[in-house]
Amino acid sequence: MMRNEKLARWIVVALILMAVAIPVGGLWLKRSNVNVIELHARTPENGGWSMNTIQARVGQPITLQMTSDDVVHGFAVGKSDMLTWVNIIPGETVETTLTFDHPGKYTFYCTRWCGTNHWRMHGEIIVTGDGDPLPADPVPLYLQYHLDIDAPHLAKVIPASPPSAERGARFESMLPAYVTEEQTYLLNSPADLWQRLRQEPALADLSDMDIWDVVRWVWDKQTSAKSQSLGIKMFMALAAAAHGAAGKGDGVMVRGLPEMSHETMGRKLVRPPDFTDPHVLLGASPAILEGKIIRGGMGTGMPSWGAILSREQIRSIIGYLYTIAWDSIK
Amino acid sequence: MNRLDLTRSPLGMSLLRGRWPQFLLRAVTLAGFIFTILAGLFGSVVGSHNFAIIFVWVAWWTALKLVFIPFGGRSWCAICPIPMPGEWLQNGGIMRRRGGAGLGLGKRWPKALKGTWMQAGGFLLIGLFGAVTLTSARITAIVLLFILALALVLSLLFERRSFCNYLCPIGGFTGLYAQAAPVELRVKDPEICAVHEEKTCYTACPWGQYPLALKTSANCGLCMECLRVCPSDNLAVNLRPWGSDLGPKTKPRLDDTFLALVMLASALIDSAVFLGPWGQLKQAAYTIGSAGWFIFVAAFLAVGLVILPGLYALSVRLAQGAEQTWSDLRKHLAYYSQVLIPLGLMAWIAFTTSFAFVKFGYVLPVVSDPLGWGWKLLGITRAAGVGQVTTFSLILQVVLLMVGLFWSSRVARRISASARQAAPLIGFSSLFTLAMLWLLIG
Repeated sequence: MMRNEKLARWIVVALILMAVAIPVGGLWLKRSNVNVIELHARTPENGGWSMNTIQARVGQPITLQMTSDDVVHGFAVGKSDMLTWVNIIPGETVETTLTFDHPGKYTFYCTRWCGTNHWRMHGEIIVTGDGDPLPADPVPLYLQYHLDIDAPHLAKVIPASPPSAERGARFESMLPAYVTEEQTYLLNSPADLWQRLRQEPALADLSDMDIWDVVRWVWDKQTSAKSQSLGIKMFMALAAAAHGAAGKGDGVMVRGLPEMSHETMGRKLVRPPDFTDPHVLLGASPAILEGKIIRGGMGTGMPSWGAILSREQIRSIIGYLYTIAWDSIK
Repeated sequence: MNRLDLTRSPLGMSLLRGRWPQFLLRAVTLAGFIFTILAGLFGSVVGSHNFAIIFVWVAWWTALKLVFIPFGGRSWCAICPIPMPGEWLQNGGIMRRRGGAGLGLGKRWPKALKGTWMQAGGFLLIGLFGAVTLTSARITAIVLLFILALALVLSLLFERRSFCNYLCPIGGFTGLYAQAAPVELRVKDPEICAVHEEKTCYTACPWGQYPLALKTSANCGLCMECLRVCPSDNLAVNLRPWGSDLGPKTKPRLDDTFLALVMLASALIDSAVFLGPWGQLKQAAYTIGSAGWFIFVAAFLAVGLVILPGLYALSVRLAQGAEQTWSDLRKHLAYYSQVLIPLGLMAWIAFTTSFAFVKFGYVLPVVSDPLGWGWKLLGITRAAGVGQVTTFSLILQVVLLMVGLFWSSRVARRISASARQAAPLIGFSSLFTLAMLWLLIG
C-alpha cells in the first residue's frame, strides 16, 4: 500500500511539473535570447507597437519575432524594398532578421491598413556604431524651388482624346533641347508644358492634339515598365485604402467623409480628390506631387510619407499617378 | 432484463475495480488542467491559437457533449481533475479510501443550499458572461483557476464532493442528462444489502449517495469506490437502453425542472448569439457593462426565467386539464420535466455539432503550438483555417433535433395517462425544436 501511494504521488508531481515546465520554460528561453526582440503589433487605438524604439548596432543582426494582438498588420523598415515587407497575422509569429550597415535613425511602420489610425503606426530603430551615416535624401523639390504645394492646380486645358506617346515621338527632331531635360519634367505639369510648347514658333504647325502627344511622349520617357509596376504595387498597398483602387478618392477608409471643397479645406478631414478627373493631375507637376507625398497634411488626412518612402519609390508612384490621369481621358 | 453488466467480464472488472487505470487518467487530466490554466494566462491572446480556448471550448466540450454524456452519462466526473486535490487531502492519500485519517472539517452541506438550484444559476451566469469567457484565453484560465481553488477550499470545509454535488455547473447538466444515458451503477441483489449492517458503500461514496438504494443515475459520478469496498461484490455497472431513468415511476424535483429549463433557454440564446447573423447581438453580449449588455442580460433572463418556464407551465396546465387532474401544479411541473431531458440533450448535441466540426481543424495546430508562440512541437508549420459548414453537418443537426423531438414526445406519452394529456407537452417540445431549427439551420 505504501509503495503504491508513493508511486502515485510521484506520478502526480511529475505530470504537474511537466505541465508547468512547458510554458515557464518556454518563457525563460524567450527572455534569455538577447538578440531576439519580441514585438507585438496592435492598432494605435490598442497601444500601437509594443516597442516604439528598438536599439541596434551597426553590422549586428537583430531578429524581430512579431505577432499581432488584434488584426492583421505588416512590418517594414522605411525606404526598404517591398520584397522585405512582412505580414503579421494575429496569433501567429513571424520572424524577420535585420542588419544595418549604417548608423542612424530608421523608421519602421505598419504596411497593412489596420484602422483609421493605421498611418500613425510608426516606430524607430536607432542604430549606433561605427561607419558613415546613410546619405541624407536630397531637399524636396518643392522646398528647393519654393513651390506652394497647397495652391490649387487644376489644369486649364486637357486633351480632347487620349494622347499617344508613339505619335508624339514623330516630332522629336522638331523639339527644343529643354523639352527632354529632367528638370523640365520635374518642374512642369503636363498642362504647363503643353502651354509652353503651344507658344513655340517651331511647333506652330502642330495641332493641339499633336502637342498633347508630344507631352505624353515626354512623360513616358521619364518612367519605365519596372517603375510603373512598382508604382502600381505601392499605390495599391499604401494608398488605395483611402484613394480607392482606381484613384477616385473613394477608398474604404474615407467613406462618409465630405468632399474636398472651399468650405471644408483645412477645416476637417475630407475625401481625396478624384484622380480620374484629368484636370486634377494634369495640372500638377511632379515636384508638387512629390512635395504632397513627402509632407502630407494639406489640411486633409493625408499622411506624411517622407520617412517611409524612398525618393525612387515616390517617383514610381508619381509615374503611376500620371498613368491614371492619361488613362482617364476618354 | 435489458442490462449488460460490465463487471461480469474479467477485463471489465479489473479496469473498473483497479485504482491505477482511473488514477492515471485523473493524473493526466489534472496536469492537463494546470497546463490549460498556464496556457490561458501566459499564451497568445488570440483564442484560435491558444490551447486553453481550443481545448476547453472546442475539444473537451465536444467530447463531453458528443461522447461522455450521451454514451457514458456522468463518465467525465469519473476522471474529472477538479475535485481530486481536495479529495486526496480528505482521504489522506491518493490510493487511500474514504473514511480513514485525512484533512478537512467534514461539515455537512447546509440543507437550504442542497439541490441543483445553484448549479442552474451558475450555468445561467456563465451564459451571461459567455461571449467574453469563450473568446478570452485569460478569462477562461481565471475561471478554471477559480473553480479549482473553490473545489479545494470546499473539500477542506465540507464533507465529500460538495463542489461537484451543489456548485459545479457542468455537473448540474451532466447529471440531468445522465438519466437518459446508457450507463448506470446499480445494486445486483437488494436482499444482500438488506442484511448488510455496515453499509460500507455509503461510507466510501464521495458523492454522498446510497449505492444500495440508487434509483437514478443523476448523482452518481461513476467513481467506482462503492464497487471497490462492497464485500459481496453486489454492485454492477450496467449498459442499458437510452432513457432508462425516465418513466412514470420517476420523481423529479422542482430544482431539476428549473435546471432543465435553464439548459433549454441557454441552448436557444447561445445559438442566437454565437451562431446567429446578428452582429449587434454579439456586440451587446460581448461589451459587458454597456447598455446593450444589460438589455442582453434582461432578454436572456426573461427567456430563461419567464418566457420558457411560462410556456412550459402552460403546457403542463393544459396536460392537467386534459385529464381533469387540476390539483398540485408543483408536483406536475416537476413530474413532466422528464420530457425536457432528451429534448435538451439532443439540442445541445446539435448546437455543439454546428460549431465543433468547423473548429476542430484548430485542435492539432494548437497541440503543435499551444501558447501561440510559434512552436512546432508536432512539426505543423501551416496555421489552421476555420472549416466550412458542410451540408452533412446541417443534415446531421436536423436529424439530431428530430431525434430529440421524437424521443421527448415518446417520454411524454409514456408518462401521461393518455395521448390527449401528452399533446400539450409534445406541443411545447415542437415549438422549442422549431426555434432551434430556425436558429441552427434557418
